[in-house]
Amino acid sequence: MSGGVDSAVAAARAVEAGHEVVGVHLALSRMPGTLRTGSRGCCTIEDSMDAQRAANIIGIPYYVWDFSERFKLDVVDDFIAEYTAGRTPNPCMRCNERIKFAALLEKALALGFDAVATGHYASIETDADGNPELHRAAAWAKDQSYVLGVLTAEQIAHSMFPLGATPSKAEVRAEAAERGFSVATKPDSHDICFIPDGDTRGWLAERVGAEQGVVLDRSGAPIGQHEGAHAFTVGQRKGINIGYPAPDGKPRFVLEVRPKTNEVVVGPREALDIAEIAGSKFTWAGRAPEHPEAAFACEVQIRAHADPVPAFAQVVATDAGTELKITPDEPLNGVAPGQTAVVYVGTRVLGQCTIDRTVSAVPVPVT
Amino acid sequence: MAVYLDHAATTPMLPAAITAYTEAMTLVGNPASIHSQGQNAKRMLEEAREQVAASVGSDPIEVVFTGGGTEAVNLAIKGFFWARGGRRRILAPGGEHHATLDTIEWLVQHDGAIVEWLPLDDLGRVDLAALERSIASDPESVALVTLLQANNEVGTLQPTLRVAALAAAHSIPVHVDAISAYGHVPIDFRAVSAAGVSAISISAHKIGGPVGIGALVLSRSATVVPLIHGGGQQRQVRSGTQDVAAAISFAVAASVAIEGLESEGPRIAALRDRLVDGVLAAVPDAVLNGDPDASGRLPGNAHFTFPGCEGDSLLFLLDAAGVSVSTGSACQAGIPEPSHVLRAMGRSETDARGALRMTLGRTSTEQDVDALLAALPAAYAQASRAGFADRVPGR
Repeated sequence: MSGGVDSAVAAARAVEAGHEVVGVHLALSRMPGTLRTGSRGCCTIEDSMDAQRAANIIGIPYYVWDFSERFKLDVVDDFIAEYTAGRTPNPCMRCNERIKFAALLEKALALGFDAVATGHYASIETDADGNPELHRAAAWAKDQSYVLGVLTAEQIAHSMFPLGATPSKAEVRAEAAERGFSVATKPDSHDICFIPDGDTRGWLAERVGAEQGVVLDRSGAPIGQHEGAHAFTVGQRKGINIGYPAPDGKPRFVLEVRPKTNEVVVGPREALDIAEIAGSKFTWAGRAPEHPEAAFACEVQIRAHADPVPAFAQVVATDAGTELKITPDEPLNGVAPGQTAVVYVGTRVLGQCTIDRTVSAVPVPVT
Repeated sequence: MAVYLDHAATTPMLPAAITAYTEAMTLVGNPASIHSQGQNAKRMLEEAREQVAASVGSDPIEVVFTGGGTEAVNLAIKGFFWARGGRRRILAPGGEHHATLDTIEWLVQHDGAIVEWLPLDDLGRVDLAALERSIASDPESVALVTLLQANNEVGTLQPTLRVAALAAAHSIPVHVDAISAYGHVPIDFRAVSAAGVSAISISAHKIGGPVGIGALVLSRSATVVPLIHGGGQQRQVRSGTQDVAAAISFAVAASVAIEGLESEGPRIAALRDRLVDGVLAAVPDAVLNGDPDASGRLPGNAHFTFPGCEGDSLLFLLDAAGVSVSTGSACQAGIPEPSHVLRAMGRSETDARGALRMTLGRTSTEQDVDALLAALPAAYAQASRAGFADRVPGR
């Protein structure tokens, strides 16, 4: 229970479904702030108190479990390391993968619980053979199945999402108000919880430092300077200060970030079009396809709020092992390594990979 | 009915203290008012002060009522520091209560104080030789010495008279935080004051009185700078309209606690021994922390480390089984902290995380202890399976 409206309603619904429920608030920082600021929805003492007040009203015991050490290592440090390596991580997915449905679930199971229930908008269904499947929520606008794409069959079997069938967030808020929860009108959180002011670039600069480096064009020719590669993300247009226009007069976009050499590669918008993505770290959310090595039709989604795109996916052999290769029917725009590609078949989440290579739809022009 | 084994956190109010409290609340009159109703309130307040003074062997004028134990500790530490004319060193053992730790840290960060945390031995007792060296290095610069009479987590009694003697040789004020000891071991302020203790802090709700009132027992010869300014009540040390009803209730609890010391002390100590023996028999790996000798620890205190599991897992499982225990202190957000007392005693962070405190009081019975002993084996087995899931492996 984060202290937000969703987990409070989820807990109440779990109780009404007949389960024996205990409210757990995760302490993810050893130095929590006192009061909520901006659009954060967790992690302050005020949020912890909000969660406790909801638990009081529901009439369930409430405890704070300290996962701050694991959160720092598995999510915060990982976030910094990924950026440092030139990738664009999703810390919420990492938290689901390693904290909420891993460390927390592990502790809960050991202490005699059967499942972790959260306020995520997603659904769990069971196939004809009794295997659990992860599906999109009924309300597509709030659907959060993307950030749960990292869950495995074992994790899904011990998860509950009581909000999955709710038609809208408004309905959840109305239900919270009816139940007398003080958080019924609490604003949604949408920033990274451990970056209080929402300034990701500034936060990273403080931790990884910023050093002047070279901006290259697609041919590798230096065309300007930048103030630190980590400040750039693939697809970015603003903040590339070359001082003179591109030969074709069109705006330049960041195509690639190379933190090891502190280089940023820029080029035309078309070069952002990605014809193929692949990742060697992939998982299946539930039962794996029977023949994943044969290309199968699916949809791919590369961000929490991106539209899904029709694609073909298959597992292929590589020098180092295997990878999940995804070929979208239409090129994807602005894909950065480190992002997660979640593969859907209909409403079902089939699996995901962390993108570690992309193939541009537009070959580098021969100069 | 839940079994309550957390009397050191707070203990049930005595029925007589509740009666006295509620009756006194019906009376009107500010003890500072000159009219008859004010005089009546003043009379009841001063009778209460006399009874609280009697419970610690002080003169009534030496009892300064505060809004609780934490305020008393703040008044002593900040008050002495500010009254000591630029002397900057504060000497205190490690493993003190947060009321002391955080007050000193605030003075360090905001007011130029220099703190020297004195080492504890493996039983939690302060290293007197270290204190002596620390004072001797520059006695003139020491603002004050402060220490717990009994550690609130592990229950170890401190050699307060010997500490006072070392400080008194250089006229350094000594504050003793007696909040956890008050009502459980005899306190004779005249004797400790003669030995060099300038002030002791006590609190009502630890002995069956109400929450929200405590006292700094401040020697008539000692000077503190007040924290709170206003009407000049209580020797100009603590302004603010005095809470007559709370003081009366406090006084009732103090009288009962002192009258019962001779009979309750041994009864609770015997229950504690039953608890300790039972825990060590049920969980042979458990380690009793603090002084194993009954003369060196609070009678109602049992504190263990359960190797291989988190104290907060055990707390949760025992709570689910209807037994209330404590992991020591929790931060404001409710996060159980690894015991800073065990860390100060030189124990590992893992030991400090596996710590659990059970404390007994006036209402404790053999049935309470037996209920804990019945629930513990299963809770321990399950908490061991949970292990350290919330910790980074290998640390």
